[in-house]
Amino acid sequence: MPVLDLANPVRFMKLSDRVLPWLAAAAVAVLCVGFVLAFRAPADYQQGETVRIMYIHVPFAWLGMFGYTMMALSSIGILVWRHPLADVAHKAAAPIGATFTALCLITGSLWGRPMWGTYWVWDARLTSMLVLLLLYLGVMALRAAIEDPNRAGRAVAVLTLVGFVNVPIVKFSVDWWNTLHQPASVFRMGGSTIDGSLLWPLMTCAVGFTLVFLALHMLGMRTEILRRRVQALEARAAAEAMA
Amino acid sequence: MTHFIFIAASYGVSLLGLVLLTGWMVVAYRGQRRALADLEARGIRRRARMAGTEPVRSS
Repeated sequence: MPVLDLANPVRFMKLSDRVLPWLAAAAVAVLCVGFVLAFRAPADYQQGETVRIMYIHVPFAWLGMFGYTMMALSSIGILVWRHPLADVAHKAAAPIGATFTALCLITGSLWGRPMWGTYWVWDARLTSMLVLLLLYLGVMALRAAIEDPNRAGRAVAVLTLVGFVNVPIVKFSVDWWNTLHQPASVFRMGGSTIDGSLLWPLMTCAVGFTLVFLALHMLGMRTEILRRRVQALEARAAAEAMA
Repeated sequence: MTHFIFIAASYGVSLLGLVLLTGWMVVAYRGQRRALADLEARGIRRRARMAGTEPVRSS
């Protein structure tokens, strides 16, 4: 049996029914530990207490890009294999990724005001992150605008793949252009420049938020599968009533 | 704590955003479950269920 055949909606519903409660509990537990570590970590020698915003802002930024990457991979599944779960995964990821990206922009503005003296500047990192949010909103709007779900799935998959060019731009914008935003300080050649006392709370919060993202995504996929079942049954009931 | 208002606002907005997102998703999930249960109560079932190839708890 091909591997792709194993990933069908019935198997997914059975598996996620068991996994989701544990995933949600793990997300809450890891986040609680992460926040305790974050508020017990020392203040930054330059930024002072405002560095605490890093523990939410940075995971939101990573997960904003992670969500879009997940949608791009799902788009390949939609266009190449026309796999039903790929379309479900794509649709479920969009609102979650958009929320994380929006929260990244808001917390970044609230961090920028005391550190840079401004809420917003049109530098490459901030602008490319705003473009990422607009891409999420565009993908959701396009799907909502096309009535036929198969056509909608293919159209949003193409748009997602075209828009994916923005993800490396977000990541490398601080290296390619002179920006007010600081350069990469965690995932970079030569290792992290952040001291361990701040890095470990950050990584713990990042794992916690990743689990939150995955739990919400699983819930969103379950909802979408149920929605499609309801639609199919309603269509069948209507057809039987007509006959 | 310096710049307390900015830190509190960041955490507050994040909490609000995630609570709203989670709440919206849970309400949507329950709505679909209820709709499916209503259809099945009216005798409109999926073929897999009618054939008994799928366990009842899976949805």
